[in-house]
Amino acid sequence: MTEPDANPLEYAPAPESATVAALRERYRPFIDGEFTDGTGAVFSSVNPATGEPLAEITGSAESDVDRAVAAADEAFRRRWAAISGTDRAKYLFRIARLLQERSRELAVLETLDTGKPVRQATEFDLPNAAAWFLHYAGWADKLDHAGFGPSPEPLGVTGQVIPSNFPLLLLAQRVAPALACGSTVVVKPAERTPLTALVFGELCEQAGIPPGTVNILPGDSGTGASLLAHRGVRHAVFTGSTEVGERVRRGLAGRGKRVTSELGGNGVNIVFADAAPEEAVRGVIEGAFFNQGRVRCAGSRLLVEESAAEEFVARLRDSMAELRVGDPMDRNTDVGALGSTAEVERLSELVERGVAEGASRWTVPATLPRRGDFMAPTLLTDVQQSMSVARTEIFGPVLSVLTFRTAREAVTKADNTPYGLAAGVWSEKGSRALWTARGLRTGVVWANTFHRFDPTAPFGGRGESGNGHVGGAAGLEAYLDV
Amino acid sequence: MVTAERHRRLPRMADSPSSSPPSTGPPGELTEATRDEAALTRFLRGLPGIDAVGLEQRATALAGRAVKGEAKLRAIDRAVSMVDLTTLEGADNASKVRALAAKARTPDSRFPDVPRVAALCVYPDLVAEAVTALRGSGVGVASVATAFPSGRSTPRAKLAEVELAVESGADEVDMVIDRGAFLAGEYGRVFDEIEQVRAACGPAHLKVILETGELGGYDNVWRASWLALLAGADFVKTSTGKVSPAATLPVTHVLLRAVREWRERTGQTRGVKPAGGIRTTKDAIRYLVAVREVAGSDWLSPDLFRFGASGLLNDLLMQRETQLHGHYSGPDQVTVDL
Repeated sequence: MTEPDANPLEYAPAPESATVAALRERYRPFIDGEFTDGTGAVFSSVNPATGEPLAEITGSAESDVDRAVAAADEAFRRRWAAISGTDRAKYLFRIARLLQERSRELAVLETLDTGKPVRQATEFDLPNAAAWFLHYAGWADKLDHAGFGPSPEPLGVTGQVIPSNFPLLLLAQRVAPALACGSTVVVKPAERTPLTALVFGELCEQAGIPPGTVNILPGDSGTGASLLAHRGVRHAVFTGSTEVGERVRRGLAGRGKRVTSELGGNGVNIVFADAAPEEAVRGVIEGAFFNQGRVRCAGSRLLVEESAAEEFVARLRDSMAELRVGDPMDRNTDVGALGSTAEVERLSELVERGVAEGASRWTVPATLPRRGDFMAPTLLTDVQQSMSVARTEIFGPVLSVLTFRTAREAVTKADNTPYGLAAGVWSEKGSRALWTARGLRTGVVWANTFHRFDPTAPFGGRGESGNGHVGGAAGLEAYLDV
Repeated sequence: MVTAERHRRLPRMADSPSSSPPSTGPPGELTEATRDEAALTRFLRGLPGIDAVGLEQRATALAGRAVKGEAKLRAIDRAVSMVDLTTLEGADNASKVRALAAKARTPDSRFPDVPRVAALCVYPDLVAEAVTALRGSGVGVASVATAFPSGRSTPRAKLAEVELAVESGADEVDMVIDRGAFLAGEYGRVFDEIEQVRAACGPAHLKVILETGELGGYDNVWRASWLALLAGADFVKTSTGKVSPAATLPVTHVLLRAVREWRERTGQTRGVKPAGGIRTTKDAIRYLVAVREVAGSDWLSPDLFRFGASGLLNDLLMQRETQLHGHYSGPDQVTVDL
């Protein structure tokens, strides 16, 4: 027999090459079909995994917002809404194809800009972004049959503010239905992660989409605010934190605009004692730590049936210890970098506060890279419903464990939050899963799985988690004057 | 209920230590599970479930782990040392066995540092030939038995096969379970058969083939794994290679989980052998990754993990050379297995 080996089957670093991303030194706003020098301040986008600047970006000033909205309005009236649905579909299909063709480049660029693991960008973000365009390309000529009556009219210019956790995917989820309906768009990507959105502008150019139909304005939150408030924007779409979302909605009230928002969440996984244990553990880990937990619908709370809690948490800890935290560009990495140093600080404070309130902390024994914004996945046990970690949105790799005694108690605890975005139910008994799902006041309930997205399924929040839906026929409603 | 009567032998089992070596009797809390057929059925039906969607998702995700360079070379050598070089054809005879035995001893004559394979796996009537051909080599001789591959014969005929194999000098016996009985819920019958074969094996290691492709789902694979472990299997093995699908990654995950939990509950370590359908180095490395992640690094040894395969060895040898020399040399550089 062979000699025992100190480190059998070690995973070699499998770094993706950064050159694939075709990084440029400078990125510029995309207005009226061409890349133009913005008049706003120049800022740089930083790789959160290394702290190194990736590229310089010319920001957009008030005048650029005016220009982009005017271009979008012109395109809406003269070109985009005037062509047939079949023709719009043609462009959307082209964009989908281009997303697929350039998916590796875009996945690597997304990884450099956001710090998310490259495997996730390749296997989740990009295929889903293309799927969204394919799905809505199919709707473009079938709006009469979408259930909103004959010839539903588009709203007009849509202003969209996109967050930094899934820059390209969330853009696709919001731009595809808008274009399918005949609306034109002005997109403001997150200040820290504008690169893929700007390359998306290039894709639109390649697809030959009429000038002004899609405009991309990099900039800070000020740019976003003036875009959404702009008089030419008929429909404001905001995705981000509940706090900013509330401010946006208050500011836009009474201006004759439609406002759609996907805001924060405090998602929950409910694990019953009869759940398939191994899969439930994996699902809870996926729910809490996918994209470093930087997902609005992350399952940051775990509610586990008291009779199974001890064993389940032990298994959870064992499996968490196997998570590979580190270089996002390594294809073996499970958990990458957070968005910024400020986020790491915010989360550390949140955990400290949880511990001060009586929770017990355990972190994955991973060696973190010396530079970059990393945080080891953290498990908080002995969490009570009243503690701050159970009340607030986490948006990071921190999982709180609470227990319940009966299904009714689980539902009550799960619903005891102002948010209502997503929940998971784990049970081998179908009737129990269905009963629980009916009681949950959330936009989405997954049974025995988590973080499954499909362009055919509507997704949206309840309560303080937002209004409106993305996905499916229901996702068209936000962009139609119905 | 007729179940209790169906198997008179079962209740005796727990108090007949002579029939089972000390390492094989289920210890502690698990003794209760094998008290009689009703208890066994309760135990197997009460096992927690396996969620197919989650299991397959996990298997796919782990298949993306990268093993490269020096680590890959070591993984290839490790995989070679875990191969049960197999020939199970109607046309097998002494000359075929001698040819494979030579290859098992020295897989690649150009590279003496390639490890020998773990065992040569043949039909029972060819065991004697294999034993002669492999004497002193350190390569084990494994024999299939119990009316392989269908398992459809009388208990007497099955045991006679096991005895033939063991008397001819087999170090390992690969038995098949009675899938018909398992699917009919006659767990006691399956248990007894494994137990009797276990006893007939004497010092030989027992691998129990579940034929997962016929069991109709992961929950059944999970139950069958526990049943085999309770009855004293040293290894649980996925397939005969004669039924499609044979070994798959998710099914192997289930077996690996079973041996891991078996150790957690009993302290005893049992092995896993996927067989059939593993043809390439890439596949083999994916299985090794699964072993490491699902069971643990301890299982990365030929004592606890085997590949049942015939074509895999040649691909491992070709990829090994590619790793060493940086280029691929072609199938004529390795020997045909005829």
